[in-house]
Amino acid sequence: MQMNYYEKDKLLIFKIMEEIDEFSVKELRRKADYEIERFMPREVIFDFDCVTFMDSAGIGMIIGRYKQVGIIGGVTEVANLSNSVKRIFRMSGMLKIIPEIDLKERLKDIESKENSKEVINL
Amino acid sequence: MRNKITDNNMKLEFISKSNNEAFARISVAAFVSQLDPTIEELSDIKTAVSEAVTNSIVHGYEEKQGIVTIICKIHENEIFIQVSDNGKGIENIEMAKQPLYTTKPNLERSGMGFTIMESFMDELNIESILGIGTKVTMRKKIKQTEDDEDIPVTLEEALRG
Ligand SMILES: Nc1ncnc2c1ncn2[C@@H]1O[C@H](COP(=O)(O)OP(=O)(O)OP(=O)(O)O)[C@@H](O)[C@H]1O
Ligand SMILES: [Mg+2]
Repeated sequence: MQMNYYEKDKLLIFKIMEEIDEFSVKELRRKADYEIERFMPREVIFDFDCVTFMDSAGIGMIIGRYKQVGIIGGVTEVANLSNSVKRIFRMSGMLKIIPEIDLKERLKDIESKENSKEVINL
Repeated sequence: MRNKITDNNMKLEFISKSNNEAFARISVAAFVSQLDPTIEELSDIKTAVSEAVTNSIVHGYEEKQGIVTIICKIHENEIFIQVSDNGKGIENIEMAKQPLYTTKPNLERSGMGFTIMESFMDELNIESILGIGTKVTMRKKIKQTEDDEDIPVTLEEALRG
């Protein structure tokens, strides 16, 4: 099997559109894993801008995807965290391995390079 | 200013399906909204309720179906919330309360539920008997806002979030 070297940095952005709890997380997980496998990104950003509620189920969901992305050699980041989401992530220590980034700045940066980017609503 | 409610209570019972979680936390939030909580206080309460209810469903009853009961009491400016199940019970409560401790790591659990309840509420108490069930009681004081200082949350807002 030949290794796949990317000439472009593939970026996958997941915009989460739902409240995150034990119930909703099952579908979020399934959809995200499907897209990760399909797109094989080098970088995955979870955008929390539209997330109005999250409990501890969100920590497991993000760490689980971080592992999936890690297997294919990619990095995972989170963006647009509300105060309450941030508090929950901080408490778990998760932000040390999955950093919060400024999505607007990141997108500006990308425009000037030849990255391939895909935004998917979850 | 709304009429001050000093004492009130309610009881909620539902089957242990995870699609009842949103219903449970929104119902409690709607009940608490009579104390004029801030958006942040309401969000803390919703998260804590969600954690306790999820635990009853996924750990208490596991695949079996059972009843989850929530009792809420308002006394002056405090809210008491009790979430209970007749599930399998907790073997070691002190251990269960430790951050990152989970008996189901394979299911992407982080073991942060009790830590979140403890930090989002003023007080957390866990009672559990193996084979009988678990009762989680939480208490939180709602800061009585000096009228227009903090914008109170309306019922509509509580239901929307
Ligand atoms: N109602 C319950 N019935 C039986 N066991 C429980 C109950 N609530 C909690 N536990 C036990 O306590 C442990 C810790 O609970 P906690 O909510 O802190 O973490 P978790 O549920 O495992 O993970 P997370 O909440 O982060 O998804 C659980 O793994 C479980 O073993
Ligand atoms: Mg839990």
